[in-house]
Amino acid sequence: MKFTLKVLMGAMICGHLWIVPVALAVIETYEFSSPELELRYHQLSQELRCPKCQNQNIADSNAPIARDLRVVLYEQLEQGATDDEILAFMVARYGEFVRYRPGVDRNTILLWAAPGLLLILGAASLLFHLRQRPDHASDLTEAEKAEIARLLGDPRD
Amino acid sequence: MRAKKFIPLVAFAVLAGLLFRGLSIDPTELPAARLGQPFPNFAGPELRSGRQISVAALTERPALVNVWATWCYSCRVEHPYLLALAEQGVPIYGLNYKDQPVKAREWLAQLGDPYQLNVVDVEGSVGLDLGVYGAPETYVLDAAGHIAHRHVGVLDEAVFQRDFSRWFPTVASPAAAAGSEDGL
Repeated sequence: MKFTLKVLMGAMICGHLWIVPVALAVIETYEFSSPELELRYHQLSQELRCPKCQNQNIADSNAPIARDLRVVLYEQLEQGATDDEILAFMVARYGEFVRYRPGVDRNTILLWAAPGLLLILGAASLLFHLRQRPDHASDLTEAEKAEIARLLGDPRD
Repeated sequence: MRAKKFIPLVAFAVLAGLLFRGLSIDPTELPAARLGQPFPNFAGPELRSGRQISVAALTERPALVNVWATWCYSCRVEHPYLLALAEQGVPIYGLNYKDQPVKAREWLAQLGDPYQLNVVDVEGSVGLDLGVYGAPETYVLDAAGHIAHRHVGVLDEAVFQRDFSRWFPTVASPAAAAGSEDGL
């Protein structure tokens, strides 16, 4: 619904500027038996990568193979397949390549772990640098320390 | 303290190394997901005879499976080389992918038929099970009937000698070249 609204608004704006509106996604009509399936269709078709055009998902691509995959996606959704089953079907045929959100395995573990690792690395180096910072207080002579204590009104005085 | 000075240089060198490696990687090359697996089962008519066939009809080993269509210009380019390979005794099965069988039969009648048989795949469903994403593509079925190799694009002498000859050691390079020229 949201998407249709966006396209409509886009079309209105473009129409106003006398520019032919360019559709963002391929227009196709599928009759879904439930809105939930339609939602899942949109999610999955945007998450699946077109094997032919490399940097487009199958929702945006005009390639024949992307069209075929959309049909398969639609049919499997209507047949009651789960997201995992559909993804497994696609990966079995086109490899992990077709997933824009790849599963965690030996090849992708570094990719998935990188944000956490970098955060830990950053925190550790920050901590290290803070600890390393010279403690200027210890450079003071006894007389200076006493002077500071006097100025601050140390209750020990 | 001195070592710290070199951190940017080392970081630069590592990044430059990675980027340089990236230059020689072809991003359009897809790993074939079906490697090492048996050819997916199918049921459909054979192009010329019209008889119903399944995967059991692909009996020759090792063999090539060539994905082609009359709408595919590159398939026309590689066709003479396929004829040359067939002449040298390489068994080639065709997968007529998302094509019109009438046109496909005309094509074979006009240009010659290098195929043992042709699986008619009008809907592209056999191709989908195989992981095909365009035409031409050529697969190797090894002695065990497993998919051992995939080549995307035109199959020619150079590609065959580089990637395919280990399954077909009897294909002589100069003879194949001569055959290819005859065909053209």
